Amino acid sequence: MASNVASVAISAPSASLVSLRGNPKQRIGFGKKHADLVFKGKRRDWRRYYRWKRMDSSVIFFTMQFLDLLSDISFVDKAKAYNQYGDDMEMACVVLCACLYLSVIQCKRRGKRTTFYNKDVRKVDPSSVNERVFTRVSMAVTVNSSHFEGVTMAPPDPILGVSEAFKADTSDLKLNLGVGAYRTEELQPYVLNVVKKVEKLMLERGENKEYLPIEGLAAFNKATADLLLGADNPVIKEGRVATVQGLSGTGSLRVAAAFIQRYFPDSKVLISSPTWGNHRNIFNDASVPWSEYRYYDPRTVGLDFDGMVTDIKAAPDGSFVLLHGCAHNPTGIDPTPEQWEKIADVIQEKNHIPFFDVAYQGFASGSLDEDAFSVRLFVKRGMELFVAQSYSKNLGLYAERIGATNVVCSSSEAAVRAKSQLKRLARPMYSNPPVHGARIVANVVGDPNLFSEWKEEMEIMAGRIKNVRQRLYENLIQKDKTGKDWSFILKQIGMFSYTGLNKAQSDNMTNKWHVYMTKDGRISLAGLSVAKCEYLADAIIDSFHNVS
Amino acid sequence: MGIENARDQSSSPGRRLATLARHLSVGDTSLISSRGEAIDTAPTAGFHGGSVFANVAQAPEDPILGVTVAYNKDPSPMKVNLGVGAYRTEEGKPLVLNVVKKAEKMLLNNPSRVKEYLPITGLADFNKLSAKLIFGADSRAIQENRVATVQCLSGTGSLRVGAEFLARHYNERAIFIPQPTWGNHPKVFTLAGLSVKTYRYYDPKTRGLNFQGLLEDLNMAPSGAIVLLHACAHNPTGVDPTLDQWEQIRRLMRSKSLLPFFDSAYQGFASGNLDADAQSVRMFVADGGECLMAQSYAKNMGLYGERVGALSIVCESADVAVKVESQLKLVIRPMYSNPPIHGASIVATILKDREMYHEWTIELKAMANRIISMRQQLFNALSARGTPGDWSHIIKQIGMFTFTGLNKEQVSFMTREYHIYMTSDGRISMAGLNTKTIPHLADAIHAAVNRTK
Repeated sequence: MASNVASVAISAPSASLVSLRGNPKQRIGFGKKHADLVFKGKRRDWRRYYRWKRMDSSVIFFTMQFLDLLSDISFVDKAKAYNQYGDDMEMACVVLCACLYLSVIQCKRRGKRTTFYNKDVRKVDPSSVNERVFTRVSMAVTVNSSHFEGVTMAPPDPILGVSEAFKADTSDLKLNLGVGAYRTEELQPYVLNVVKKVEKLMLERGENKEYLPIEGLAAFNKATADLLLGADNPVIKEGRVATVQGLSGTGSLRVAAAFIQRYFPDSKVLISSPTWGNHRNIFNDASVPWSEYRYYDPRTVGLDFDGMVTDIKAAPDGSFVLLHGCAHNPTGIDPTPEQWEKIADVIQEKNHIPFFDVAYQGFASGSLDEDAFSVRLFVKRGMELFVAQSYSKNLGLYAERIGATNVVCSSSEAAVRAKSQLKRLARPMYSNPPVHGARIVANVVGDPNLFSEWKEEMEIMAGRIKNVRQRLYENLIQKDKTGKDWSFILKQIGMFSYTGLNKAQSDNMTNKWHVYMTKDGRISLAGLSVAKCEYLADAIIDSFHNVS
Repeated sequence: MGIENARDQSSSPGRRLATLARHLSVGDTSLISSRGEAIDTAPTAGFHGGSVFANVAQAPEDPILGVTVAYNKDPSPMKVNLGVGAYRTEEGKPLVLNVVKKAEKMLLNNPSRVKEYLPITGLADFNKLSAKLIFGADSRAIQENRVATVQCLSGTGSLRVGAEFLARHYNERAIFIPQPTWGNHPKVFTLAGLSVKTYRYYDPKTRGLNFQGLLEDLNMAPSGAIVLLHACAHNPTGVDPTLDQWEQIRRLMRSKSLLPFFDSAYQGFASGNLDADAQSVRMFVADGGECLMAQSYAKNMGLYGERVGALSIVCESADVAVKVESQLKLVIRPMYSNPPIHGASIVATILKDREMYHEWTIELKAMANRIISMRQQLFNALSARGTPGDWSHIIKQIGMFTFTGLNKEQVSFMTREYHIYMTSDGRISMAGLNTKTIPHLADAIHAAVNRTK
């Protein structure tokens, strides 16, 4: 029965059967044959009247033939057609017009009104629609719906939300420990003096802004590999390191992930539990499978070393193991040198490929060499590995997006090939990297005076963080009479600390004490001043002991 | 062992079988590769067994950027680089605009300037001003808050982010690109997950637009397909539709619900007038329909290496625009987190200051005029030599590039004998020419054409 309606509508010049005057909602008829659908005058129960008797669905007209037809002219989305427009009177009218008035080319809906246009893009008076021309149903009907109708609102970034809530808080006591950027004792952002100096020099020199090569600034690439591995490292002397400038840590990780996806499609990446939130997103978007290895032990607020080693051993041979070079984010917990040796043993045993994320070289301990210990250890063992570097924190170049992807290979020839393929992945992503940050780094590292200055400023930044850790610890042991072991504050390193506070306790920190931090109990020491250590200690003790 | 991501579970059957085979194989030393061949060491054996990168082949040099590499290696004093599309002065030197230097000085001297992370979507001022620049300050789409704009890494980055967004959220995967088009376009779209198809564009016989072919091919495109359009100064041909033709393209595309994706790399640089070069785009936006727009400041502000650009998505409603922007952030965050600040700050400084903006338009016009003058001079030089063929396309085409119509053999001849460096499709960058090098180029073309007669 339903199909009769549809085929009649298409084949018969039944325009004369219908009058469409005034408000389409009120007058629409279909001829005596289809009495169910004839309707004149005002009616309240539209919907029922338009329901096809034989179909339970409230969608009428949509027979297979008609549906295909409407889908072909992009009138409806076939996948969603059923039961979507049945209650939409305006749509029903438009559909009727589309099938009855074949010379109608366009039906445009603006709010409640539908206007019809013929192929000469002239408005058509609906009541006079009786043009004799029967064009094929190549009519295009646009109903002013978005191509992006199905796009849903993405969830807000969890870390950003912390900063926003902080801004909205009017309390004088508020403290932002969610921030992942260094702050001075006055809790202000910090541009390194050496960076300001270099930018001035660069401007005076009047350098050009030509495209960098796809692999980035050569001077930067050399400087960054030297910094990471030590300029006299045999792998550098032998040309076995492929270095490509990248968009800070994230960009460098992403290009490396794309390389892994292409050349190691059967391998997965092991990431620590927990790890920086964006690691998962990067591997997901690069279509690289991942799984977690145990890392944080909440009982000790320290490293679950046995769990880590067991999980790395259990993974299939040839997996990639993502390791934080130093200052683990978010826990602040690093393996000891002895533990690093053991980890290297296991990785070699399993023929895994180490993949280091080095975002804090020099920023953690204050010493560039000390913070590179883990990477250099693995390289010394002769392993081939990946390293993603970032200069966001240690040179305060956050917004300049400067970092590098390094691949240490067993031969210089392999390094050449690897580099060429990294370029091939970067080109369709952003063509070539931004020049400004690269020049800053190259100039700082390339000038012995500036380089010394940089090391001094880095020691000051790392020193300030170590100092607030110390002060916080002292306040905690002084105020907390329960004898709880707070030494993890001193053992942890870098910008972040896992306090061991759970979600409810973290909420208490925020709600009662106006201390903003992430729900996993992570605080950013970079956002803490000596002056606020006492207050923070009070907050932590209260949250820990009085909230569960 | 902990959490694994869904992708691991949904890996292809082939991949699972191969991994399974590896685990079930007898003894560690006789592992089977995914193709069933026995290999005597684990594929990731490391240093002592061989490299894990053994199967990583050497990639060929990028065809466009490779031209400059070859040019740099050439010791000849006669050499001319007409490869990459970067502007050169009459003296053959790269140019940093005066207004850009001014802006940089202002930024440097601003004591409150910091280097904190930008939001994922980039510098807000820059985004608003960029949308205004391309869509017009009086654009209804902007006034109605229907435009979602995010700062990206120049044109390439904007195209890639837009394409990734479409691959995830749009129901049609096919993108139609003109034939020919910029060499990097197909790679960008393919890696983003779109399926690349072509539509006819260039007519080698007329060295102009194959308009009939273009309309036919777009008409055959499936409804809802994405169509890449060069807003002006088509790269590599320099052939643009007329305004009438643009109107016909617009009507056809809207009638078939095709989604326009504009690539605007030369606004102001093509004709010398910012508004004129944006007319095609504004025509589409004025009809209330949706489109994507990838904008680049590499050429028109000379900010090549700073990687400044913007992706704008014009949506049907403000509601949709908000949702679209939220999803764009999810594409950007795992790619590079947030965009670089330096170039965007320069652009924002210039665009928001009336005087600096005006200065910019003057410098822009000067660059465009120099290129137009090079076209005329080259045409004159070829006419003077009586080089066989119709060379009027040199002055008819617009923008930085000219599609000479020379073939591969002629191009290699010119490189070998005359040290002219250009891409093998016969494209030359007019920006790389000056009054002194034009006679040399004309000689080379003359010789190449006569040689293969």
